[in-house]
Order: sequence, then C-alpha cells, then structure tokens
Amino acid sequence: MSTLSADPYRTSLRTVADWGLVAIAVLTLAALALPVGALGGAPVGWFGGMMGGTLAPLFLIGVVLAVVAGRSAPKRVWGAWVELGGVALAWLLPLHLLNEGVDLSAGWGLWLFLVAATLLLWRVMGVLAGVPGWTRSVVVPGLFGLGLLVGWEVLVRGFQVPAILLPPPSRIASALAAHAPVLWDDFRQTVLTSVLRGYVMGCGAGFLVAILADRLPFLARGLLPLGNLASAIPVVGIAPIMVMWFGFDWQSKAAVIVVMTFFPMMINTLAGLGNSERIQLDLMRSYGAGYGRTLVKLRLPNALPFLFNGLKINSTLALIGAIVAEFFGTPVVGMGFRISTEVARMNLDIVWATIAVAALTGSGLYGGLALLERATTAWHPSMRRR
Amino acid sequence: MIKRALPVTVMTLLLLAAWYVGAAWLNWPQAAETLTRAGKPAEFADVLAQAYAMKRPILPTPDQVVAELWNSLTGYAPTSPRNLLFHTWVTAEAALTGLAMGLALGILLAAGIVYTRTLEASLLPWVIASQTIPILAIAPMIVVILGNIGLTGLLPKAVICMYLCFFPITVGMVKGLRSADPLWLDLMRTYSASGMRAFWSLRLPASMPFLFASLKVSVAISVVGAIVGELPTGGQAGLGARLLSGSYYGQTVQIWAALIMASLLSVALIAVVRGLELVLLGRAGVR
Repeated sequence: MSTLSADPYRTSLRTVADWGLVAIAVLTLAALALPVGALGGAPVGWFGGMMGGTLAPLFLIGVVLAVVAGRSAPKRVWGAWVELGGVALAWLLPLHLLNEGVDLSAGWGLWLFLVAATLLLWRVMGVLAGVPGWTRSVVVPGLFGLGLLVGWEVLVRGFQVPAILLPPPSRIASALAAHAPVLWDDFRQTVLTSVLRGYVMGCGAGFLVAILADRLPFLARGLLPLGNLASAIPVVGIAPIMVMWFGFDWQSKAAVIVVMTFFPMMINTLAGLGNSERIQLDLMRSYGAGYGRTLVKLRLPNALPFLFNGLKINSTLALIGAIVAEFFGTPVVGMGFRISTEVARMNLDIVWATIAVAALTGSGLYGGLALLERATTAWHPSMRRR
Repeated sequence: MIKRALPVTVMTLLLLAAWYVGAAWLNWPQAAETLTRAGKPAEFADVLAQAYAMKRPILPTPDQVVAELWNSLTGYAPTSPRNLLFHTWVTAEAALTGLAMGLALGILLAAGIVYTRTLEASLLPWVIASQTIPILAIAPMIVVILGNIGLTGLLPKAVICMYLCFFPITVGMVKGLRSADPLWLDLMRTYSASGMRAFWSLRLPASMPFLFASLKVSVAISVVGAIVGELPTGGQAGLGARLLSGSYYGQTVQIWAALIMASLLSVALIAVVRGLELVLLGRAGVR
C-alpha cells in the first residue's frame, strides 16, 4: 500500500523498502529458530525430527511462495488475494498441529509465526479496504470476523483454556448440532411465539397511537415527554411484574416486549410523520387530497426510514425483553430458561450454543429489516450513495 | 410553558387514574375473598378499601409505593441493606464504572476507526453487528464466567455495562471526530501541527457535542445493564437483586419501589450529564 500511495517526488527509505514486509520476514525467521511446541513432553522444532513427522515445512513453503507470488503480481489487489491464500495456510498450520497432538503452549515459535501471519492479514485487508464496493463492504469485515473466530479457536485450544471459561468455536458448533432439537424448541418458544407476537403488538400499538397522536396534537404533546422518560428508565425491570400478572407462558414475555417496544415505535413514527416538507403537503392540497390520502400517499412513505429505524431498534429490544423475562419464570423451554439452567449445571457449551442462536436471530432480524428497508425505500433521499 | 405543561399534566393524571382503576380491578377478586373469609360484608366501598390496602397486592397503588419508598429511605441508615439508597449506590457504582470503561473503549475504537482505513472497513460493521446480539440476555452468563476466574462483585456488572455503553459512544465519536471543519484541519496543517496535536487541539474538542449526546444514551443503558447484571448474583445487593427477591417472595410493593428508584437513578444520572454538558460546552463556547 505504501509503495502505491507514496508521494513520487519524495524519495525516502519508505518508498524503497517495504518495512511491513521486512518486519513480517524478521518475525518469521525468529519464529523458525524456536520450537513450535511439544509432543509427548519432547520439544518439536519446525523441521520436526524423524518421529514427529509434522507437515509444518510444507505449510511454511506454501506461505513463502504465496507472499513472493503476491509481491510480484502485476496488480496490488491480485497480489493481496494471493497473499490471503498464504495467510489462510499460515492459520491452518496450528489446526493441523493440534490434530497431530502437538502441545502448542510449550513453544513460542508458532505464536511468533502467527503474529507475522496476522500482520500479513492486516496488510491484505489494508489493500482490500481500498477496493470500493463489494470487496470493501463484505469481504474485509468478513475476513476480520473469520480471523477473530480462527484466532479464538487456536488460542483456546493451543493454551488449553478450560472449556468452563471459554469453549472453542468448534465445540460450540458441535454442541449446536448435538442439541439441535432442544435449541429448536427454545427458538420456537422464545422467538416464534413470544417475540413475534409481542413485537407485532408493541410496534403495531406504537404505530397506531402515533397516527392518533398525529391527529390530536394534544395527545402528542402529552405522550412525547412520557416517551422520552420511558427511554431513560429501565423498562426491562417490569419483567417480574409481568410474569406475576400474566403467568409463565408467552403472554408475560409478550407483555414485556409490548411495553419495551411501544415508545420507540411511537416516537419514531411521530418523527417520521413530521418529515414531509411543506411544499409536498401543499402539492397534495392542490391536488385536493384529503387527510387520509395525504397520509397514505405522501406522509407514510416519507416516514418509512423512521419507521424502519424504530423497527430495527425494537427487534433487538424484543429479543432482550423475552429472554430477560424468561429469567423470572417460564415453562421449561425457551432461550432464557436454557441459559439460566445450563449455567447453573455448568454445561457451558449448550449455553454458548444458545447465545449463538440468539446472536444469529438478532442479527438475522436486523439484517432482514435492513434488506426490507432497502427494498421499500430505495427511492428515498436518505438511501442515496454518499 | 402552559401550552407544554398542560398536556403532560393531563396525561400524567390520566395515567395515575388508570393506575388506581387498574389496581382496583386487578386486586378486586383477592380483596373480596379476604373479606368473605373474614366474615365481613363485601360491600363495594369495603372491597375497594381492602383492594387499596393489601399487603401483597397484584398491583400496588402509587401511594403504597411512595409510602414504601419513604419508609425505606428514612427508616434505616443509608448503609443498611434495608435502605434503598444502599442498593441504588451499589447499582450506580457498577453503572458508572462500566460507563467509564465503555467511554475509554469507545473513544479508543473511534480514534482507531477515524485514523485507519483498514479498521474502518473491517471493524465498523462488527461494532454495529455487536449490538444486534441481545447481550443483556446473556449478561448472567458473563457474570458467572467472570466469577469462575475469580472476578466477582463490581467488575462483571461493569463489563456488561461497558459492552452496552461503548456502542453509542463509538458511533457518536466517529461522527464527532470527523466533524471538525476541513478548513480548520487545513489550518492545523499550515501550522505544521502533528497528527497528535490536531487530535487533541481540534478533533477532540470538536467532537464534544457528539460525545455528550452519546453519553446521555449510554448512561441510561448502563443502568439497565447494571440491573440485569445483578439478577444472577442471587439477591445480595443492588436494585436488580431487589427486583429478583421481590419477585421470589411476591413482594410487589418492593418491586415497584425498586423500579421507581431505578428510574430516578437513571433520570438523575442523565441530568448530571446534561449539567456537565452545559457547563463544559458553555465554557468552550459551543453554546
């Protein structure tokens, strides 16, 4: 990156030598001098003795080849993709060694090498972040996330962190697969039953009251300060009360969600309804359009970005409300129930699997709403490319 | 003023009226049963009085809650666990520690995102994705895990608050650090000011209005985080613990008192932030 963007009139060492690559090379060379780990108590080097027989040298050659090929590629971006292959190979090495039964916590060689590989990844991401469009918006964050996952896996397994503190992602994935029926039941109870019903009721009520308040300004002036107050107070605290009132099943969860989602939706709808410009309203009046027609044809479409903002905020709130309410009492199914009971039984991999489901659900809801927003408000000025 | 105060007053009164009606309606069957069991006549007025004076009502009346708050606040020393101030302080301590940690993390991330393109492209999407995960829901687990490494008490709760707080601060600060006028940035360059100098003297001051806007949001969710973080500790101290023990023993008045106290705490903290904002930004000449 530095060679391309540097000022051509300024000659300095920076433009001549690629210090980042030098640092990576030095780290790798230093790593080669150190053992990669221990096998049955005896240290294992990179070139692994006769008995070890690890494939480490092959990985090393592959990485070096990828970097050399990447550096000599005619375009910097192509080179970055080739170097990415090298990074992948470098991070696969510890997984291979772990499968061979090598104790990685015994030597520092591999870890230094991985630091070098991470630096290389950083450079690759730096190049790819300069490519506009799909590469920048999807590939780079994807690489970052993947890097975090692999780093988590390797660190946890390499240093043998007890699973009770933090299981590796692979174990969470296998728990996800092994307990799929249970997790599906929880998902159905919490998301498909409680969250969806509460969400629809809460957002619907917020929306309708906002329309009403738009007709009656007195109501709006009274409700808006209350709404602002409600955003400051910990609404989720009403969960125990709702469980007392509505029982253990989905009704109490839906009630919590309704209270949590009502005000954000109302405030956003009101803000959105006020978003139409004077000149547009005047145009509608000149067409002889009444209140209803103006609302449907002009003001609601104009309010869509605000409506989606409220819906997106509420999607996370609804999930939180349902799970927290389940901590206070639930039939023996549901994500909050699963988390609280399995934590008590120290089955942390099921808990993590549930958290993974919750995270995927939350991101899925949010992402789905974002896609829907893009589909329905593509014409709106706020969606124009900056 | 009247134009603004009147609707709010009317709404609040309506709400209170609805509360009393709701309390009568919800407590009615229980109150009537108590009276018939005691062999007293179940006239309308008697049942109503009974419904408003139950020890464990389904919905306590506002005056019961206020009385409970008053008893708790004035009847015991502030250091006694029977005084709500003690619990409020426990919660506030965790929320404020978490807020400070979230502030540091948020500003650090924002500075990184503003100054390095790679971080902007790779990290910013994950910062946003991190908030679609219902962290509050998994808060108890964080408390338990950190408890396993020997971290108990304040810190696990503070970590949850930090996770909740850093997001608005990061997003606000990314905007704020970029809000410095390009002309002024050019001016800094003509002074041959270093990047650090431009950061401390121009970008950071320019971001302050954004920081305070984010802080107001963060304070509120930090209190929520602290309360939810107290749920799994099994009812030792804190407003969340009061909620939980109230729910276990059916002490509805206690739950409502804790809820009101939590709301007051959060409103008070936001007021403090607003006051700080007025003073600091006023001195900086922003307003």
